Amino acid sequence: MSRGVYIIGSGEAKYGELWDRSLREIAVEAGLKAVESAGIRTKDLGAIYMGNSLGGDISMQEHLSALMSDHAGIASEFVPSVRVEASTASGAAAFREAYLGIKSGEYEIAMVGGAEKMTELYGSEIIDITSSIIDREWEAFTGATPAALAAISARKYMADFNVPREILAHISVNDHANASLNENAHFRNKITLEQALNATPIAEPLNLMDCAPLSDGASSLILASENYVKEHGIEGVKIMGSAMSQGEFALHSRKSLYTVEPTRIAAETALKQAGIGIKDISMVEIHDSYSIYGLMALEDLGFAKKGNAREIVENGIGIDSNLPVNPSGGLKAKGFPYGASGVGQIVEAYNQLKNKAGKRQVKNAKYAMTHSQAGSGAASIVHILGVE
Amino acid sequence: MGELSRMWREMPSRYRMEGRKCENCSRVYFPPRDICPVCHRDSIGKMKPVDIAGNGEIISYTVVHETPPAFIRQKPYVLAIIKLDEGPMITGQIVDSEPEEIKMGSRVKSVFRRISEDGKSGVIHYGYKFTLEK
Ligand SMILES: [Zn+2]
Repeated sequence: MSRGVYIIGSGEAKYGELWDRSLREIAVEAGLKAVESAGIRTKDLGAIYMGNSLGGDISMQEHLSALMSDHAGIASEFVPSVRVEASTASGAAAFREAYLGIKSGEYEIAMVGGAEKMTELYGSEIIDITSSIIDREWEAFTGATPAALAAISARKYMADFNVPREILAHISVNDHANASLNENAHFRNKITLEQALNATPIAEPLNLMDCAPLSDGASSLILASENYVKEHGIEGVKIMGSAMSQGEFALHSRKSLYTVEPTRIAAETALKQAGIGIKDISMVEIHDSYSIYGLMALEDLGFAKKGNAREIVENGIGIDSNLPVNPSGGLKAKGFPYGASGVGQIVEAYNQLKNKAGKRQVKNAKYAMTHSQAGSGAASIVHILGVE
Repeated sequence: MGELSRMWREMPSRYRMEGRKCENCSRVYFPPRDICPVCHRDSIGKMKPVDIAGNGEIISYTVVHETPPAFIRQKPYVLAIIKLDEGPMITGQIVDSEPEEIKMGSRVKSVFRRISEDGKSGVIHYGYKFTLEK
């Protein structure tokens, strides 16, 4: 027996370098805002799913789900909670677990949280820790970092399809333009193509402006069953498709250095569940932790054939374009708190579909797609949301 | 402690590039795998050690400027994905050349080098890197 699942509320703590705020503080803020926005009471929660990737290594704090719910003052409600980890897709994975929990009939209402505190450590040390999202023994051991692997994909992609650096840079320029309209974004400044092209090299051919920043941040959503939504006359946003797929862990194990097969399969599955086609999508939030991953995602999700994402980018991906990409500001400019980003993308999609996105509102948004990727592409999670 | 036992465990692969050959389908794997992803259960007990010659071709590469602590003294360094003549692709550094000399498609051979120094544990890691075939 399965049933419809809806999003009925959202909350966020601003993304950024929040040196004065702790992991538990931002997680609690986002969670309580979501409860408030959904108009429910914490005692109504059937379960809490918390996405977090590196809390153990960065803050030396595990079991964030329990810590967060206690500090939200709801220990006395005895709500079951669990932390979900799938590296940079942890948030989307937590969201999917909550969706499945309600769909199965076990819960009527569930909370999803995503939180990460990336700025607790400085400089090169955090690069070592973030390299735990790639193969420690056979990639990171040799000097590979997440950025280095993205750069290896980028060089091959640019050579095989004759794509100039400008096309990659457009992804970041678009993110910054959109984030300038998002008060929860890490970066509010617009950048020019020249600035994007001439930043400090990180792993050639990628520079600082191709790479999402280390951000602190937390996002939260409240999910409810179809029964609950109907009984209470709530106009939620429907989760029409939810799919996760997983492939080879290390980049060197994949057939192609610029194809994330799990993205292709997850998108296909989610679209089929939703009963719509890729052309019906009104807006998409993609996992552009590195600009090259943005281009790869547009292709693997099905918006363009392999090697042709440049056509979409050249046609425009802004908020008023045919395919608005990352109206939130994306991972590059809204920010990239690992475990929060996957939830944050869905918060954006929810607000867009509720027509509550303010200055960055996408016109006539009906169906939104969100895409979260783990590491260099070991796994992908795709969701499709819609309003009836 | 964990670091030392890992080093010891991985020595044959790191020092001699010992891979695995699936005797069911003859595919060679490096890094080593215990199960052949093509033959699945038919490969159990048939993944035999095989020495990799260490010759191959650069598929793509990057010049790394931002590094973890253990690699700071080497930066910037060239990191590549190499297709070995035996079939598998692996990740490794290209040394003894200027970045400008390196191209996709360049032939490389493996050399035994110091990989990194871990400041915390004081452990020095050794293993394979690659140089351009001259
Ligand atoms: Zn086999």
